[in-house]
Amino acid sequence: MTRAGVRDDPPEPAAPEAVPTHCPYCALQCGMWLGQDASGTVHVRPRDLPPNRGGLCAKGRTAAELLSPAHRLTTPLVRRAPGAPLEPATWDEALARVAERTVALRRDDGPDAVAVFGGGGLTNEKAYLLGKFARTVLGTSRIDYNGRFCMSSAAAAGTRAFGLDRGLPFPLEDLEGAGAVLLVGANPAETMPPFMRHLHRQREAGGALVVVDPRRTATAEEATLHLRPRVGTDLALACGLLHLAVAEGLTDDAYIARRTTGFHQARDSVAEFWPERVERITGVPVADQRRAVRLLAAAERAHVLTARGAEQHSKGTDTVTAFINLALALGLPGTPGSGYGCLTGQGNGQGGREHGQKADQLPGYRRLDDPAARAHVAAVWGVPEHTLPAPGPSAFELLDSLGTEGGPRGLLVLGSNPVVSAPHAGRVTDRLRALDLLVVADVVLSETARLADVVLPVAQWAEEDGTMTNLEGRVIRRRRLLPPPPGVRTDLEVLAALSRLLGHDRGFPSDPHAVFTELREASRGGPADYSGISYERIDAEHGVFWPCPSQEDGAGTPRMFTDAFAHADGRARFVPVEDRPLAEEPDDAYPVLLTTGRSAAHYQSGAQTRRVTSLTAREPEVYAEIHPDLAARHGLTDGGPVRLVSRRGTVRAVTRVVPAAPLDTVFVPFHWGGEGRVNSLTHAALDPVSRMPEFKACAVRLEPL
Amino acid sequence: MKHVVIVGNGMAGHRVATRVHAARPEWDVTVVGAEPHAAYNRVLLTNLLAGRPDAERLTLPWPDGLPAPLTGHRATAIDRAARSVVLADGRELRWDRLVLATGANPVLPPVKGLVSDDGHLHPDAVAFRTLDDCRRIADLASRRRRAIVLGGGLLGLEAARGLAARGLEVHVVHAMGHLMERQLDPGAGAALAGALAELGVTCWTGAQAARVLGGGRMRGLVLADGRHVPGDFLVVSCGARPDTQLAAAAGLTTARGVVVDDHLRTSAPDVYAVGDCAEHRGVAHGLVEPAWEQARIAAEALTDGDPGPGYTGSAPLTRLKAEGLDLAAMGDVEAEEAHPDAEVLHFSHSGRHVYQRIVVRGERVVGAVLLGDAAPAGPLSRLYLTGARIPLDRRLLLFPGLAAGAQDTEPSDAVVCRCAHVTAEAIRRSRSEGARDTADVARRTHATTGCGGCRSAVERLLTEG
Repeated sequence: MTRAGVRDDPPEPAAPEAVPTHCPYCALQCGMWLGQDASGTVHVRPRDLPPNRGGLCAKGRTAAELLSPAHRLTTPLVRRAPGAPLEPATWDEALARVAERTVALRRDDGPDAVAVFGGGGLTNEKAYLLGKFARTVLGTSRIDYNGRFCMSSAAAAGTRAFGLDRGLPFPLEDLEGAGAVLLVGANPAETMPPFMRHLHRQREAGGALVVVDPRRTATAEEATLHLRPRVGTDLALACGLLHLAVAEGLTDDAYIARRTTGFHQARDSVAEFWPERVERITGVPVADQRRAVRLLAAAERAHVLTARGAEQHSKGTDTVTAFINLALALGLPGTPGSGYGCLTGQGNGQGGREHGQKADQLPGYRRLDDPAARAHVAAVWGVPEHTLPAPGPSAFELLDSLGTEGGPRGLLVLGSNPVVSAPHAGRVTDRLRALDLLVVADVVLSETARLADVVLPVAQWAEEDGTMTNLEGRVIRRRRLLPPPPGVRTDLEVLAALSRLLGHDRGFPSDPHAVFTELREASRGGPADYSGISYERIDAEHGVFWPCPSQEDGAGTPRMFTDAFAHADGRARFVPVEDRPLAEEPDDAYPVLLTTGRSAAHYQSGAQTRRVTSLTAREPEVYAEIHPDLAARHGLTDGGPVRLVSRRGTVRAVTRVVPAAPLDTVFVPFHWGGEGRVNSLTHAALDPVSRMPEFKACAVRLEPL
Repeated sequence: MKHVVIVGNGMAGHRVATRVHAARPEWDVTVVGAEPHAAYNRVLLTNLLAGRPDAERLTLPWPDGLPAPLTGHRATAIDRAARSVVLADGRELRWDRLVLATGANPVLPPVKGLVSDDGHLHPDAVAFRTLDDCRRIADLASRRRRAIVLGGGLLGLEAARGLAARGLEVHVVHAMGHLMERQLDPGAGAALAGALAELGVTCWTGAQAARVLGGGRMRGLVLADGRHVPGDFLVVSCGARPDTQLAAAAGLTTARGVVVDDHLRTSAPDVYAVGDCAEHRGVAHGLVEPAWEQARIAAEALTDGDPGPGYTGSAPLTRLKAEGLDLAAMGDVEAEEAHPDAEVLHFSHSGRHVYQRIVVRGERVVGAVLLGDAAPAGPLSRLYLTGARIPLDRRLLLFPGLAAGAQDTEPSDAVVCRCAHVTAEAIRRSRSEGARDTADVARRTHATTGCGGCRSAVERLLTEG
């Protein structure tokens, strides 16, 4: 029986036995029907739900190809001696190795000797149980996840401004009625294509789309107005737009007085950002700045949305804050039909940051340093409160401490591929190599798994149940179509088995529904309250928006902040910010700016999509988008090889000559490992608040090959 | 702990105070300002003339913990021996470091009747420099119909544009042969006059003002050649002269301004000068960017921080701040053009008052005038200020948007549906195989099933002849 191998099927009505679920990839979580024909082939068909409006991109449509055992791990692998190759093993041997080494490391170095690294693609149930496993079984404070590299700056800025962070505090349909949308550092036309359906409706209804992006992206090409700031100057641009809103009398003074505090300080902080000066810093013409502000202010309903382009900087939190300040000055957040939001990237990037796999958090988006939160969660977990560890270091700091004096000597990785996706990846790889024990649970033999001492093959989306929380804060069901192939276990089964081996016979069910039931209790009363959400309600209501403390049908919060923000006084905060340069500006030795991002054919580290035939045929290898001039000056030709060199490493890529590229900035997507790993070049200057690394800018030089 | 006294609460003095406070929060910093206001953003004063509703929000941020400035106090003397500054009310402020940021005073041209024998300005005339000046002009503008702006430099033209935006009849009287002659060549000056005319501003060039018409209430100006310019009030904007009075009286070396070295040190120990009052390597800048750069370096130097290589001068770049008038000027276009290696790019469009002239040397932008088209100013000013190499295709300097449309893909290879990566050729093929509508095409190719943005393109391909 061939289990997978996707035929190009027409999007006709699903067969009755088909399973309604969602795409395994991005945070839009498009609805899909999964069916299996007599030959065992799995069919994917789009399912018309409000977030995707019936759309499905090439990644989602081909996702079932990875279900085939040919593409994936079906047996545990162990490295029986240092330097030995990875060899097949039984589950018993693999798990016993993990347990024995863990016990030894903990005995020698204490509970922080073993760390955990999670992912924003894990279901809510897995993220929750992973956090519980770290805090109660391992007792380690060393747990963080790759969401730190994703939307942490927006989460920090949103929490600072509104008292609570939910990526989009409104349903996506609201965008369709907006007179103007300002999209900052987002390229959804390539990263989440069906999202564009909302913007198409918005444009068809006469709305304006303003895109801020240094690159002329597919999204920018659809814009009413495209602002092209130099990489790293969007904070100055945001300050300039607020300055103009103030200078032109476009602020919503009644809203500011009624719903916010701190406007005067924020206003004063942008006094020095008059448009001509902002033009000089950013390169964005004065007339375009004015037009952008006027489009936003003139619209009856408007949205400001940010994504990784604004956020993945060492000043990402302040950049997002500056755009939130603009949104507040125009009276958007918490006003029905308007708002500020962040386009979360990873499939469960929203839920993944709420349930305790983050260094400073407990389930329900509670703070680990809040005594009341600790007491509540400790009671749910049936452990004394004092046994819960304190907040630990953030993702990069955690990875950078591995195998060092006083740092963890063991690491368990779930749902992440930091060898490809972490900044300054060469350094991170060295740290991973320095571990005494690296355990990786993954579907495929990722670049990180290749370094592991123990590799555990785990199930994937079509083989498991659970919940995800999409970019709108809508909790949805992931449903199982078929069992995992023989030899493959679910992440929850892995955590349950490890817990047992480490002496915890209870508290780690492998049944997702049982885990979710416990998660509801743990989140009760927290900022992200799931206590009123049940699988049954999700099924009946096509998803439920948190916070949802009530179990009544229809309860939930599609639109947040309409009456009050989540600060104690109910008001949103303006926060004054200061502009600052990039952590690494180009100089004579490294004269070109590098920015990184995504391609339409691949998802994140590419561990999945690089194994899908049609996607990898479309984008087989890493490429560098280079302006014709820059290419000519370096003797580079379209399709020819180029080497990029930074202070931290080198990358070999295919030159893609792009006439609309910025003159001084090269773009390289980050979906590849090995010689094509662009994160060999990026560096790890961290945002002081969110601890986000500066993925979006570093200095390189170009060399022909 | 040191005492730092800063004389001058303008943009330069404010910046020094902020920087010193940030570097040495425990030091005692006293700012003395002659104007009665908190530090404000002088660059934006002309917004106020245009009557923008919230333009009065010009206040610059004042850090928490930095003592409030002594506003409305004039410093009258520096006692170098006692290391103190004497204020008009007799108070003495001791200092370990002194910063002069006294700015500049407006130049009053010799026009008969402009200044009375007892030294007072004509009641219907205002020399434009401060916030109070600006408020007086705004007051006159609300009561009178016709304005004359004496001086066709940057500030004068911004004022003229602002007054015209209020609906006044505005005349600019300029002594030189063309407007903004320090920044513009004659062609650009003429194009600018044309653009201003469309905004309701009449420019009189080569016009030497001789006397004011009307003693009690102004009626206009008489020019040296006998022509009359009608007007109910007069805004004088004939440049400014560094205010060196305090420094000169204390025996500091002054020329046009207070002479400073690369670390903004004057001839007296522990006394610094920054901004419009300072003269560095023979140049007094009178622009905010150089003033802020000087303030940064002076703050480093006087707090014993790292001033780096010091201040080495600023590349002149001016940008007219007036809605509907896009003008940027960099370097000295006429002088640079005379260089034998100079390449000149020039584009003009008389009907639209577009005039662009860019001078390039050694692959760097060394001078430019851009009038009437907003698009190139941002990228060009970055190339000019950073000294970065310019594009091989020089046209991109004039038309930065050109590249965006320069995709030259073969039409049949053109990707119609980006999400599913479907070419025009593939859609034509589906049609020849029997596809009738977008649903048929979607079944065969998946075009339109992602973002849905290519639907109309697919429909076009299905119906093309």
